[in-house]
Amino acid sequence: MRTSLAGWLFAAPALAIIGVFFFVPVLGALAVSLTDFDLYALADIRNLRFVGLENYRHLMHSRDFWRALGNTSYFVVLAVPLSLLTSLAAALLVNSRLARWPALFRTACFAPVVATAVAVALVWRYLLHTRYGLLNWALGGLGVHPIDWLGDPHWAMPAIVLFAVWKNFGYNMIILIAALQAIPEDLYEAARLDGAGPWQELRRVTLPMLRPTLALVTILTVAGYFQLFAEPFVMTQGGPLQSTMSVLYLMYEEGFKYWNLGTASAVAFLLFLIVLVLTTLQMRFLRRAEAA
Amino acid sequence: MRRRGAQLLLHTALLALAVGALLPLLWMVAASFMPAGTASVAPPPLLPHHPTTANYRLLFASQGMGRYFANSLCLALLCTLFSLLCNSLAGFAFAKLRFRGREALLRVLLAALVIPSQVAMMPLFLMMKWLGFVNTYAGVVVPAAASIFGVFLVRQYALSIPDELLEAARIDGAGEGRIFLRIVLPVLRPILVTLAIFTFLASWNDFLWPLIVLTDQSMYTLPVALATVSREHGQDNELMMAGAVLTVLPILALFLALQRYYLRGILMGSVKG
Repeated sequence: MRTSLAGWLFAAPALAIIGVFFFVPVLGALAVSLTDFDLYALADIRNLRFVGLENYRHLMHSRDFWRALGNTSYFVVLAVPLSLLTSLAAALLVNSRLARWPALFRTACFAPVVATAVAVALVWRYLLHTRYGLLNWALGGLGVHPIDWLGDPHWAMPAIVLFAVWKNFGYNMIILIAALQAIPEDLYEAARLDGAGPWQELRRVTLPMLRPTLALVTILTVAGYFQLFAEPFVMTQGGPLQSTMSVLYLMYEEGFKYWNLGTASAVAFLLFLIVLVLTTLQMRFLRRAEAA
Repeated sequence: MRRRGAQLLLHTALLALAVGALLPLLWMVAASFMPAGTASVAPPPLLPHHPTTANYRLLFASQGMGRYFANSLCLALLCTLFSLLCNSLAGFAFAKLRFRGREALLRVLLAALVIPSQVAMMPLFLMMKWLGFVNTYAGVVVPAAASIFGVFLVRQYALSIPDELLEAARIDGAGEGRIFLRIVLPVLRPILVTLAIFTFLASWNDFLWPLIVLTDQSMYTLPVALATVSREHGQDNELMMAGAVLTVLPILALFLALQRYYLRGILMGSVKG
């Protein structure tokens, strides 16, 4: 059949690239994570040894790994609700019937999303400067003492959370605006006829109708935020006292600073498994909630 | 009157939101024109008192900014070109051409969307080393030449092409290649613009993989160079802000020009994904 051959030929370049440069390395990562691949093996492959689950066992007993996982979880727990609340508030404001120039405000909120993470992380490093930063200056106006945002282990992660919320809220805002616009107008009319005020409209109509979309963006945001890397790399270099060392940062350091590619692959796989389990659990929870 | 008050309140909130979103970017531009050292005073100046382009000239003259800029631009353009080529062909094939194993392949690709790219990075680096691609453009471009996301993006859009249109062309004796060029590509144009801007942005802003695979300073892209230079020149606020402006401004301009197409991509990716 002619289209059968044509179909294969058309799909072949993309499939070859995805197969060779994605599927093979993913399987390779599983294999490498079972070896002691290090600088010596990099120099001469004959130095490579199969070690079974040793890398995983080592990580389970490694304080650095648990600390990185703890830091990343702390980031996710703080940043996900804050990001979603900001996105939701922004979407409701921009989409309000009374709002003028909605496109302009939407674009303004979206600008941080497209801005290069490394570049704007540098900008924030200065905004967060203890003595010369705009943030402490503004807080000073409210009578708050200067905070050493990036130098204090207690404040470094919250500072990165602040940056991440600023950088990312526009993305989910766009998705939520689209979902808001899909809510049928007659639901609001019916609510008004029943005497509902704006607050009740929000609680009885808007939020319930948004629930599937909110659930979806929550799942996507959780998965995305577990991949924290560029922000601490530029703003704090994992410090102070490793308080912003993320799992992906640990993988980078193990793999490309110390060249322990076996351990690094195991870190990558564990992160993948954690995100996979969390995503599956959230989806199951969601399905059950929707069935109920 | 109540409506008036609500409107005022709403626009105050909207304005605060927009200022919050834009202030860091505006301050970045302002600080990039301040003479060295003048941004680091308390209280922080909002506008340059004596604007200068010295930071920009210094970046190009002594930090090799022109080179990084050219690297970023070439890599983003090459990634975009190859991604358009491979993903449009495959996206169309998965939507409209019948071939053996198509449905099974689709399921595998869809399932693989959950695997984050970092998992592949260590072996991918070894492959690049073995192929001699470390520290070359190929090391960045080849793995990005096709993506599952890109294939699905084009496929979703191509599903709407009527089969009768393709059948009619086949009956007229047109080959599949000709049909693709003459009929399919023009129809796919809007989604290809979306794919192009997505790929360009992702490549321009990408950090972790270029940091790993581009080992020589002369090959650095803007984000990698910025991160490296900032470790040496962390105290030179104004210089770093000029570097940040050169990195962010082109991509913001591109986004503003093609905003409609970009936002469509986000909605397709999230609703259908």
